[in-house]
Amino acid sequence: MTNKVEQKRRNFLFTATYTIGAVGLGAAVWPLVDQMNPDASVKALSTTEVDVSSIEPGKEITVLWRGKPIFIKRRTEKEISEAAKVDLKDLKDPEKDSDRAKNPEWLVMIGVCTHLGCVPLKNKGEYKGWFCPCHGSHYDTSGRIRKGPAPTNLEIPKYEFVENNIIKIG
Amino acid sequence: MSEEKYVPKTKLAEWFDSRLPLLSLSHHLKSYPTPKNLNYWWTFGGILTFCLITQIVTGIILAMHYVAHTEHAFASIEHIMRDVNYGWLMRYVHSNGASMFFLAVYIHIFRGLYFGSYKAPREMIWIIGLAIYLLMMATAFMGYVLPWGQMSFWGATVITNLFSAIPLIGESVTNWLWGGFSVDNPTLNRFYSLHYLLPFLIFGLVILHIWSLHVPGNNNPIGIDVKKGSNETMPFHPYMVMKDLLALLAFLLLFFAFVFFLPDFLGHPDNYIPADPLITPAHIVPEWYLLPFYAILRAIPSKLGGVIFMFASIFVLVGLPWLDSSKVRSATFRPIYRKFFWVLVVTVILLGYLGAKPPEGIYLILARIATAYYFIHFLILLPLLGRYEKTDPLPMSISDPVLDKPGVLDKFKEMAGKYEGENVGSFK
Repeated sequence: MTNKVEQKRRNFLFTATYTIGAVGLGAAVWPLVDQMNPDASVKALSTTEVDVSSIEPGKEITVLWRGKPIFIKRRTEKEISEAAKVDLKDLKDPEKDSDRAKNPEWLVMIGVCTHLGCVPLKNKGEYKGWFCPCHGSHYDTSGRIRKGPAPTNLEIPKYEFVENNIIKIG
Repeated sequence: MSEEKYVPKTKLAEWFDSRLPLLSLSHHLKSYPTPKNLNYWWTFGGILTFCLITQIVTGIILAMHYVAHTEHAFASIEHIMRDVNYGWLMRYVHSNGASMFFLAVYIHIFRGLYFGSYKAPREMIWIIGLAIYLLMMATAFMGYVLPWGQMSFWGATVITNLFSAIPLIGESVTNWLWGGFSVDNPTLNRFYSLHYLLPFLIFGLVILHIWSLHVPGNNNPIGIDVKKGSNETMPFHPYMVMKDLLALLAFLLLFFAFVFFLPDFLGHPDNYIPADPLITPAHIVPEWYLLPFYAILRAIPSKLGGVIFMFASIFVLVGLPWLDSSKVRSATFRPIYRKFFWVLVVTVILLGYLGAKPPEGIYLILARIATAYYFIHFLILLPLLGRYEKTDPLPMSISDPVLDKPGVLDKFKEMAGKYEGENVGSFK
């Protein structure tokens, strides 16, 4: 009888020790893992301001933000109407053009293919938007994926017009 | 020849060996019984050991001159090539050495596939071998990033983006791998650290690989168990050591033909352009030894699917000892498997070729067919063959295929009769 109680008590103590040990080990390992996450100096560079006054309609510039290219495109009327009239049913990742470009004239996107991270080429591909040379993804004039392996549309970063011609990204 | 226990010859050896049995270990390695019918396909284990040591030695030397920083990495490689004494040699041996390492490992793996070396009781050798192969790919990939050329940068971008295909946590995982929001200096630094570390892990696994080999002993081209205490085996030293060395010398001819005459043949010229995060090269191609997997990745028309199939193409090999249920090891006695083995070889080479081509038109169609066949081979054909294939009769001993031919013994006696020397009495 006492032996059984002893045994139970011992098992409880073992389990409690393992549990506390596992928590302690986890707490000790976390800094070793977390040190690889983006550090303070990388996060500090998280906004960029761009003067877009010199961009003509139909032209596009590329700026670097957080090490990634950002496409800033001043679209022509034709490109805007082409993007607007697309039926959402034809899209792999349905999104209205008006949701992607707050001001339809300006399209601001992260210029990184959502497939495996290459930089798409402008004015190329079957939808006259962007075309990724790595694995053949076609994007339309709104930067939406139309054909190829990429799963989603080109991502829109957080941005705002701080002045008439100045865009703040991030 | 059976393996004898080590008997120390001196008091000092006895004193030392009873405290640390290194002398016993060395004796075991020398007298380790190997089947006498091992052919030259069995010399690649030794060649691979040589490759690993070469990579570690040249790598440590390169690390003395290389700078792991995005602003200096590319220039430091050029500094090694132009200024450092014999730096060009160290770098070309290291970069071509990676290719030679993979060439040898592919031959080694296909030898295992042909002769059924992965079957019981050698499953652990096979699985540890696959772990080594995975680490080799990770190491080679990270090493290719270090020169910080265009292919380095974009190769790193594409491969690390594979992890962004994981649902929900994909983005956090890639940011964690990068240490930022794109491939940048933190990424280069950690790749350098890991590129230095992993070869030593590989070295540790190689020791386990050999250890697990020395428990059951070598497979052999006939694939039947050898009788260890018989004349079917020979001590590893000097017989196998000499054979391995001869094969190694032949291998070195090829190795140094590349190093001295075609040092950049296996590389990509775009990697002599410094990394630029704004411009992607028109065709991103990995190093040749990763091309079959790259072809599988691109053959699947879905991001997550491509990644899953690519990893599955390697992990399916872990299940091989159980998927191939045939009790006969060597393809020599498996007439149907033998044909499918060569179809698989051609399929993998075809996938490699397609991995270097743009993923469109006929290339894409062929890549899809080849990918499908690759999985059919392992998941459908092998289990079916194990059940239905009629195998040829196995010889009773590994000597039979040589000695059982008519007239062989007479011819042998005649030859021995002409030879005057020791130990021929019994033959006469």
